[in-house]
Amino acid sequence: MTTNVVNSAPVIELTEVTREFQIGTHVVRALDGINLTIEQGEMVAIIGPSGSGKSTLMNTLGCLDQPSSGSFVLNGQDVSGLSDNQLAETRSRQLGFVFQSYNLLPRETALSNVELPLKYSGEYSGKDRRAAARTALDRVGLSERYDHRPMQMSGGEQQRVGIARALVKNPELILADEPTGNLDTKSSGEVIEMLRSLNEVDGKTIVVVTHDPEVAEAMKRVIAFRDGRIVEDRLVTNRATPITNLNVETEASE
Amino acid sequence: MNAALLLSTALSSIGANKLRAGLTLLGIVIGVSSVIAMMAVGRGAQVSVTSRISDLGTDLITVRPGAQALRFAFFGGGGNSDVLSLADALALQDDIFAPGVRLVAPENSFSGAAAFGSQNTFVSGVGVTAEYLEARNLKIASGRNISNADVQNTSNVVVLGSETSETLFAQRNPIGATIKISVREFTVVGVMESQEGTIFNPDGSVLIPITTAHYRMNNGKGLVDSISVSSISVLATSESTVDDARTDISTVLRLRHELGVDEDDDFLITTQQDTIETLEGTQGTFVILLGSIAGISLLVGGIGVMNIMLVSVTERTREIGIRRAVGAKRRDILLQFVAEAVLMTFGGGILGVLIGWTVAYFGDGASVDGDIIETVIETHIAFIALAVSVAVGLFFGIYPAVRAASLNPIEALRHE
Repeated sequence: MTTNVVNSAPVIELTEVTREFQIGTHVVRALDGINLTIEQGEMVAIIGPSGSGKSTLMNTLGCLDQPSSGSFVLNGQDVSGLSDNQLAETRSRQLGFVFQSYNLLPRETALSNVELPLKYSGEYSGKDRRAAARTALDRVGLSERYDHRPMQMSGGEQQRVGIARALVKNPELILADEPTGNLDTKSSGEVIEMLRSLNEVDGKTIVVVTHDPEVAEAMKRVIAFRDGRIVEDRLVTNRATPITNLNVETEASE
Repeated sequence: MNAALLLSTALSSIGANKLRAGLTLLGIVIGVSSVIAMMAVGRGAQVSVTSRISDLGTDLITVRPGAQALRFAFFGGGGNSDVLSLADALALQDDIFAPGVRLVAPENSFSGAAAFGSQNTFVSGVGVTAEYLEARNLKIASGRNISNADVQNTSNVVVLGSETSETLFAQRNPIGATIKISVREFTVVGVMESQEGTIFNPDGSVLIPITTAHYRMNNGKGLVDSISVSSISVLATSESTVDDARTDISTVLRLRHELGVDEDDDFLITTQQDTIETLEGTQGTFVILLGSIAGISLLVGGIGVMNIMLVSVTERTREIGIRRAVGAKRRDILLQFVAEAVLMTFGGGILGVLIGWTVAYFGDGASVDGDIIETVIETHIAFIALAVSVAVGLFFGIYPAVRAASLNPIEALRHE
């Protein structure tokens, strides 16, 4: 259990959030009046069939997209209505992204990939960047892989580079979109264990979109989506079981 | 993203596809190097023409019959017009009416075949006075000049151009020999130094007294004063009095020709400066033409850059999405792509300048069909070419960069 002091403001606070898309003459409502609060230190799985709106929710939480109506308060700041530049700023400062397909720059080394977010915020010198990137890679157990390019690493390793990249600016919130979708069972387990460790040891708030029930059960809270609405929101009571089922070795968090 | 990071990011992107970058660059390299080389050749021609004219002395003023008179002469069928006479030339020597004039050298012309023994050659003949050599900056290599006594006596004496002398006499000494020009016999009294490479090359000509040319060669009539001249070379007292001398000449000739205030000059006064300006103007047009042709290849190179940048934006859509997701602003993406385009064209520009310079440097003095090519390398042209290549990069890079920056990050991330 996290020992961090819980902030008074929630990390995420969605109020009556809708998101509509115009497709031809149809208006598709991907999010339909979502009310959702996620406190600091939570570890949440968002599940649902494809088209249920979970990806749209993820894009909204990730400040890549904006609600059509309703308000989204991130760490006490109302994000709806921010300009494109301010959104980029918010992404840079407050969020870490983990993607299903890792989304690493193929030509760059692991170290350089992890440095990338720091390059877009002026306050780091080259030396600071490399030091921070090394720390992040060390944290995900890739101390031996600084100079490897994505093609030279396994899927699990690549995803851990992705997690290191999400971590490097030390954000409050880490968003993971199907982080285990491209991984085998063993690597999946490593990645889930990594995320859990970030939540429990580092106190990060973690939101994972998945359609893998086992991954969902490894989280502390599960929110189910259907047709743009939340249809279920429950706490996971017995987390130990699914994780053992995933056959996780502790080496991942070593 | 700061400037240094931007540059290193752009460089590594360019480095990722070296062959493509190299080919794109090639267009700019060719454009810039041809601009540099063309301009060097053009300017070289300009400078060499100017210096050849200046060799004649910038205090030289030439007076010729005006356009009106020439046209009349053309229809009349005569070679010379009767507008300018020997008396006009004498009047220009007047210290009171024409104080700015130091030396006056009237001339007329004739042509014919010169023959010595079995050797003969076609010559352009000039009827001159003793002043001609000085006015035209020519020198006697051996023998003597046409003297004023020769002019007064209508003597049959001739001074040969070096080429004419060579043709008729080869290595023999021509002084004192008798040659035939048309049907008349002349005694060779002197040979001029070769003036090869100057703009009015007299090597193939012969000089005889102006009176002899008029009465004997052109079958002219009348008194000495009325001998018509085709051109009068005038030297001003100094380079700074050229304009004064010009005014003096105009005043004297207008008075002598009894021109009313509303009548145009029937003569034409040309200073060396006029000639230089006219030629430089013509050459300037030539240089601009060369430059424009080279500039077009630069433009084509720019279009190549734009083409490749557009392809690159499409190929790297996902990369753009990743960068945006981790905090890059639109401006960061825009600048990255603009920087790539500008770096490519700037690099191409530098290579182009180096190649253009090398070509111009080694091309200097090269001969093409017997013509010596002179090149003048000008630093400011290099800077302009570099600036233009950067501008080309900016101009053609901006549109692809805007396309990249305006991509929706969500869609960009989904792009395969």
